[in-house]
Amino acid sequence: MKRLILYKLFGGILTLTFLFSCNKQKSDVASNTASIKVVSDSIGFISANVKMVYIPGGEYKPFYGSDSVRVTVAPFLMDERAVTNKEFLAFVKANPQWRKSNIKKLYSDSTYLRDWPNDLTLPENANPDAPVCYVSWFAAKAFAHSVGKRLPTLDEWEFIAMADDVSANARLKPEYSNNILDLYLQKDRQYRAVKQSKPNYWGIYNMFDLIWEWTDDFNSILTTNDSRAGQYEDKNLFCAGSAISSTDVLNYAAFMRFALRTSLKANYTVANLGFRCAKDAETQK
Amino acid sequence: MNFKNFLFFTMAAAIFALPSCKSGSNQNNSSAAATEEAQGTPQVAEVTGAPKVPAPVGNRGPKKWIVNLETTETEGIIADSISYTFWTFNHTVPGSFIRVRVGDEVTINLKNAANSVLPHNIDLHAVTGPGGGAAASTSAPGKETSFTFKALNPGLFVYHCAAPPVPMHIGNGMYGLILVEPAGGLPKVDREYYIMQGDFYTKASAAKKGVLEFDNDKAVAEHPDYVLFNGKKGSLLGANMLEAKVGETVRLFVGNGGPNLTSSFHVIGEIFDNVYLEGGSTISHNIQTTMIPAGGSAIVEFKCDVPGEFVIVDHSLSRAFNKGAIGKLKVTGDANPKVFNAKTLVKE
Repeated sequence: MKRLILYKLFGGILTLTFLFSCNKQKSDVASNTASIKVVSDSIGFISANVKMVYIPGGEYKPFYGSDSVRVTVAPFLMDERAVTNKEFLAFVKANPQWRKSNIKKLYSDSTYLRDWPNDLTLPENANPDAPVCYVSWFAAKAFAHSVGKRLPTLDEWEFIAMADDVSANARLKPEYSNNILDLYLQKDRQYRAVKQSKPNYWGIYNMFDLIWEWTDDFNSILTTNDSRAGQYEDKNLFCAGSAISSTDVLNYAAFMRFALRTSLKANYTVANLGFRCAKDAETQK
Repeated sequence: MNFKNFLFFTMAAAIFALPSCKSGSNQNNSSAAATEEAQGTPQVAEVTGAPKVPAPVGNRGPKKWIVNLETTETEGIIADSISYTFWTFNHTVPGSFIRVRVGDEVTINLKNAANSVLPHNIDLHAVTGPGGGAAASTSAPGKETSFTFKALNPGLFVYHCAAPPVPMHIGNGMYGLILVEPAGGLPKVDREYYIMQGDFYTKASAAKKGVLEFDNDKAVAEHPDYVLFNGKKGSLLGANMLEAKVGETVRLFVGNGGPNLTSSFHVIGEIFDNVYLEGGSTISHNIQTTMIPAGGSAIVEFKCDVPGEFVIVDHSLSRAFNKGAIGKLKVTGDANPKVFNAKTLVKE
């Protein structure tokens, strides 16, 4: 019980910090945000029964940057699967401010939970165990807070994405990218239940076959602190220019993920875009 | 080539391709158009699927237009009864033909269908600006973007999706043509048609039986299974043949989407009276075959002097014979023995 109160306090602080950072960026909407009662913004915590997988991390070569750049990923925990419709319903039940009719316009575009007939009902034909989609980055972040977690970073996500079902880094296998591409080309995959396909080397499910996934820093294409990064402006992501700033021009699947991320804004909600949660390894005891 | 060389080479190529390097050295230069103010409120422009083209601009001044395009990922017939997963502008391969005048202000509204898997965008070679509009128009599934440009240079320009990986977006059919007519319009002709060539790299879909989809390995090797006019084998054959009458002048707006092959465009039994070389302002005469680069175009014109079926090919002929790069223009009317007389030798 004590623990729960602590969590609530923690959550409140997080929310405040969160609001503050928004205010800083968008001063024109700051006054509107402030005038709405702050109390309703605190996150109601829910329980989640998702297995988390320990990922030891390590050094890896990011897809974008120059050939010599290496990024170190610290150990972390990753949800074995994406957040489902059922879980998101529990989240909005506990958090009225994130319901379809209440969500602030700043936090989401008009298609938030598009197919839900009302605030607390899943779409008629939706599989409760399919990944939740049509959720904004703000909503995904709030959900993660509600379960005491966070969104994975782009590097964490891509670190896991290097794996196939037998090895941690399958990038050099010729079939690696093509196999993912085969999955990416299929439509309407997001309606299927999670965990119906084989897990990867780490025991993580559905990295590629169901949805695109939000990452915490989805809009920072440059994943490194390398000073040379300045030369890779984001315009190089278009046309053949994108080949200049990639370390692996044959990895079409990775190009697609990066293309998708650059097309997003934090308030966007998209038919095949959901998320999973992560956590720092140290905090897990 | 090692990576450093490759990097240098690509960067050098990128510098040469910078839009600011566009020069207008002939009489139709871009600076004149830049100072001409477009008039009126924006109207929705008429756009057409191949082989049709919108009405000529005629003798009007510069105006403001809205062009609505939707990007889709849809199954369609590529050859005989074989399906392929095409990616399109406005549901067709090639995408809609856009026709404007130099000096026009054009607003492109690009909507990506809600059931698209991927983001898409548009790079119009007629645009003077970063990425030809690509960055400004990148649209997530279900989202819409918009940008406005002033058409500074007259010519026939390719547009295409430039979302990475670009060869795949183009290889799946995401290209089309935009014609920027000079002041006063192009000279009047009797018939105008829209033809666009593309190379297709296919394999059986892993998930869907009987459907072909893009093959990355074949594309990198530049070994297409199909080389097609207007995205489909037979798109200009049988009931779909282009038509003209004896005595009429025909203008073909021909583009090449690629992504890889250069076209040796030829009409068997005709000589092009005029070719707007590479879709620009230089007109060459009496041409048999004209080269059309990937991501480039040509306007060809000829008069139909005699009746018959005139075969349209990429004169790299294995593509015509074996991969589908073949169409026909059917010319009807009275024979003209002074121009062509097929003698029948009757043995007695």
